[in-house]
Amino acid sequence: MTPTPPAAKLRLATVWLAGCSGCHMSFLDLDEFLFDLAEKVDVVFSPVGTDVKIYPENVDIALVEGAVANVDNLELALQVRERTALVISFGDCAVTANVPGLRNLLDGGHDGAKAVLERGYLELADATGQLPFAPGIVPELLPKVLPLHEVIPVDLYLPGCPPSAERIREAITPLMAGERPVMEGPAMLRFG
Amino acid sequence: MPSPVQVRCCDASGCRSAGSQALRTALEGARDAAGLDPSQLTIKPVGCLRQCGSGPLVACDRPGRTQLFGGLAPEQAGALIAETLANPADDLAAHRIDLEGPFFALQRPVVLEGCGQVNPESIDDAIAFGTYAQLQRILQEFTPEQVRDEVRRSGLRGRGGAGYPTGLKWDTVALQPPGPRYVVCNADEGDPGAFMDRSVLESDPHRLIEGMAIAAYAVGAERGFVYVRAEYPLAIERLRLALQQARSRHLLGNHIHGTSFNLRLEVRVGAGAYVCGEETALLLSIQGQRGMPQPRPPFPAQSGLWGAPTLINNVETFTAVPAILREGGDWYAAMGTEHSKGTKVFALSGAVVNTGLVEVPMGTPLRTVVEVIGGGVPDGSPIKAVQTGGPSGGCIPAERLDTPVDYESLLELGSMMGSGGMVVMGQSTSMPEVARHFMGFSVNESCGKCVPCRAGTVQLAQLLDRFVERRATAEDMERLDALCQMVKVTSLCGLGQAAPNPVLSTLRWFRHEYEAACREPSDCVATARVR
Amino acid sequence: MAVVTLNVNGQDVAVPAGASLLEATRAAAADVPTLCHLDGLNPVSSCRLCLVEVEGSTKLLPACSTAAAEGMVVHTHTPRLREYRRMTVELFFAEGNHVCAVCVANTHCELQDMAVTVGMDHSRFPYQYPQRSVDASHPQFTLDHNRCILCTRCVRVCDEIEGAHVWDIGSRGGHCHIVAGLDEPWGQVQACTSCGKCVEVCPTGALFRNTDTTAEKQPDASLPALLRSARDQHRWHNQ
Repeated sequence: MTPTPPAAKLRLATVWLAGCSGCHMSFLDLDEFLFDLAEKVDVVFSPVGTDVKIYPENVDIALVEGAVANVDNLELALQVRERTALVISFGDCAVTANVPGLRNLLDGGHDGAKAVLERGYLELADATGQLPFAPGIVPELLPKVLPLHEVIPVDLYLPGCPPSAERIREAITPLMAGERPVMEGPAMLRFG
Repeated sequence: MPSPVQVRCCDASGCRSAGSQALRTALEGARDAAGLDPSQLTIKPVGCLRQCGSGPLVACDRPGRTQLFGGLAPEQAGALIAETLANPADDLAAHRIDLEGPFFALQRPVVLEGCGQVNPESIDDAIAFGTYAQLQRILQEFTPEQVRDEVRRSGLRGRGGAGYPTGLKWDTVALQPPGPRYVVCNADEGDPGAFMDRSVLESDPHRLIEGMAIAAYAVGAERGFVYVRAEYPLAIERLRLALQQARSRHLLGNHIHGTSFNLRLEVRVGAGAYVCGEETALLLSIQGQRGMPQPRPPFPAQSGLWGAPTLINNVETFTAVPAILREGGDWYAAMGTEHSKGTKVFALSGAVVNTGLVEVPMGTPLRTVVEVIGGGVPDGSPIKAVQTGGPSGGCIPAERLDTPVDYESLLELGSMMGSGGMVVMGQSTSMPEVARHFMGFSVNESCGKCVPCRAGTVQLAQLLDRFVERRATAEDMERLDALCQMVKVTSLCGLGQAAPNPVLSTLRWFRHEYEAACREPSDCVATARVR
Repeated sequence: MAVVTLNVNGQDVAVPAGASLLEATRAAAADVPTLCHLDGLNPVSSCRLCLVEVEGSTKLLPACSTAAAEGMVVHTHTPRLREYRRMTVELFFAEGNHVCAVCVANTHCELQDMAVTVGMDHSRFPYQYPQRSVDASHPQFTLDHNRCILCTRCVRVCDEIEGAHVWDIGSRGGHCHIVAGLDEPWGQVQACTSCGKCVEVCPTGALFRNTDTTAEKQPDASLPALLRSARDQHRWHNQ
């Protein structure tokens, strides 16, 4: 008896930009649902699910946590958009820039990166303070932290800080069946 | 008695900035040098002589002949005195302005009839010109109902911009339950490019006072205010002087002309907020509160200053009243179009040969105003658009210049009459830049009360930046359209509701310029030339 | 008692003469959203969320400050009203510095709730990150301008209910901000009675008790209505 070939699994990625990883922790709080999920998806890129370093091609769904705050975030965000069918802005940092975006308040909103670096590495340092400079090793900060949709087109927004495991489950379950989730009401939408 | 030979020197703000005071001093010196005294040759400061762009303006009167000169230097004073005394001086020919030319010939001064004729600082001069005669006549011969009837028959509509029928407004105030009432003159002329009301205040303040007094009598008010913006110091000074003179002649105060009619008028000076031109904000400001628009109803005619019925009209509306009563409402209604009667004063500026004040019958084609009276673009190139209504109005494209100027036609074109500012734009003007300019104005002048105006204009200005800087996308275009509609429909007061108009009208008539800003930079008009 | 009858979303309702359109929509359980409005305070119609369509009127009318009139036909949730409301809430979020996650009012914030009500999953308008300050000069309370939406409930409750008129608005446009006294540090304003009503009615985390930290503010905005009815109708809460 030949086993029926398994239906093609969805290729799922989770991405961590400028965020605290709380959204990923909440993702892990899905607990036993993760087993159900594993039946339906291949996790092809994820800081909590794989050790893949290069964002792969032909991804079906990407959950992108975090704002876009440095050149690495920017490069990865552009790759994600290029290689992914459905991009989800995952959590308040991706949706609004949230806490990472607070540095946009410094320096009159012109160059919050400069202001925050000078504060951290020069003003508060002892006599040997110097600005970090390691091209190619430490990614440079962008002058302004941006929510994901101001950098790439986003297909679905999943707010929350973090979005609860239930909210994540309710959002991705329909996607497994090829349907869009209904993002309405306090269970699905609240910021914070 | 003034001599039949006189020189009238414009002493309003425009000509003052062009050096009219030095010229007048030089003229007086030249008269003395010619051995003449004031009884033989009067040199009189007057208000606006209308063709402001050619200032300083000087009119020379001899029996049977009046000549107008522009741009004279003090050194030419002697030649001008000689000219006035009938010794033609050739070197003045270049300065002579043709009074038979279209700029003056096609105008119909009603509101402006005393401007440039009377000395604005002399009540004797004003009275000699006929000012206050109508007040005396109506106090002695008319009931308030008869006055309102005459104004209603004239078809006069509010000249501040919205065009509400004046007679109806007066009736509404007059017919409120018994109690105190107020008259208020809105002289907070704030639109960029508008200087009609300033000219009237600086040139013929007594006529405004007469108009307000007639209105107060007609609606039963015994107290009134003129709210003038602080940016008009000369207007404030002359108005205060005029009020003082009128009080000392008992033309204001108690028992005016021996009747039971009393009226106290005061000047209130604004503090620099554009929004205080909005009537509900203006009334709060007069009461010493922060000038912020209030929801209407209740309308000021029902509940205005200190909760009392308040008649509020603008300078031009009140100033038109004495002539209406003198000549009759039917006379006034015979001018203009079916729904827009009488004359309207416009302040013509921008890319136009003749900058200045223009008073024409309603219904005059826009083309006549800007091309014939205004003389078109100085370099002879075609006009691209005409902006009316300031930051609340819009740009009318050249192909619609044959539209008659009246309230409804301008609205239909996506602009509005506004208070009367009219800015002519040449071919090099970039429309997204025009829109951004006015949106910047609205951002700065929003009072901040309601969120669509306070925050929506900021977002609109940033969207427009993207078009001006050629980095817009098709989505920005959609967002611009949608946000304009939202701000227009949801803002609390007329200023917020009209703030998107400069964008909406340029999107309507010049959409290709916005589209070009989404594509290759070279497709758009060279904006570098505008600056 | 004179009544007027009108139709809200297809439902006939009767309200006392003199009632606002907002009260009429409540009678029809229409759930018209409001932010600046608070029962017991005079309406200012500044948040524009309660705009409704009334047949025969070319303009949208603010339900809070429009009187209900006989025969009115009112629509409260048309597609364009829903879209305008969402845009309005996006503009509120974009013009201030609202970071729900670290706010004292998290989970008890009317702006946060309003985002849910209008279905705002993100703001299409870029956040402005204005430079705003925090006034922590009062011994009991703090004013964080970053979270203020200029609803003026504090201004009105202090003026109309407490009678102290500590608060007012300064500057204009996007620079508008609530000022204490003559634009002084709050703690130096002698007119302030420290009654805390402004803190209770603040819909966001802009005004809070110093003892509250993240997500600990639990305001009670019902006081103005209770006091107003007590004073006007001599009806007390415990009677």
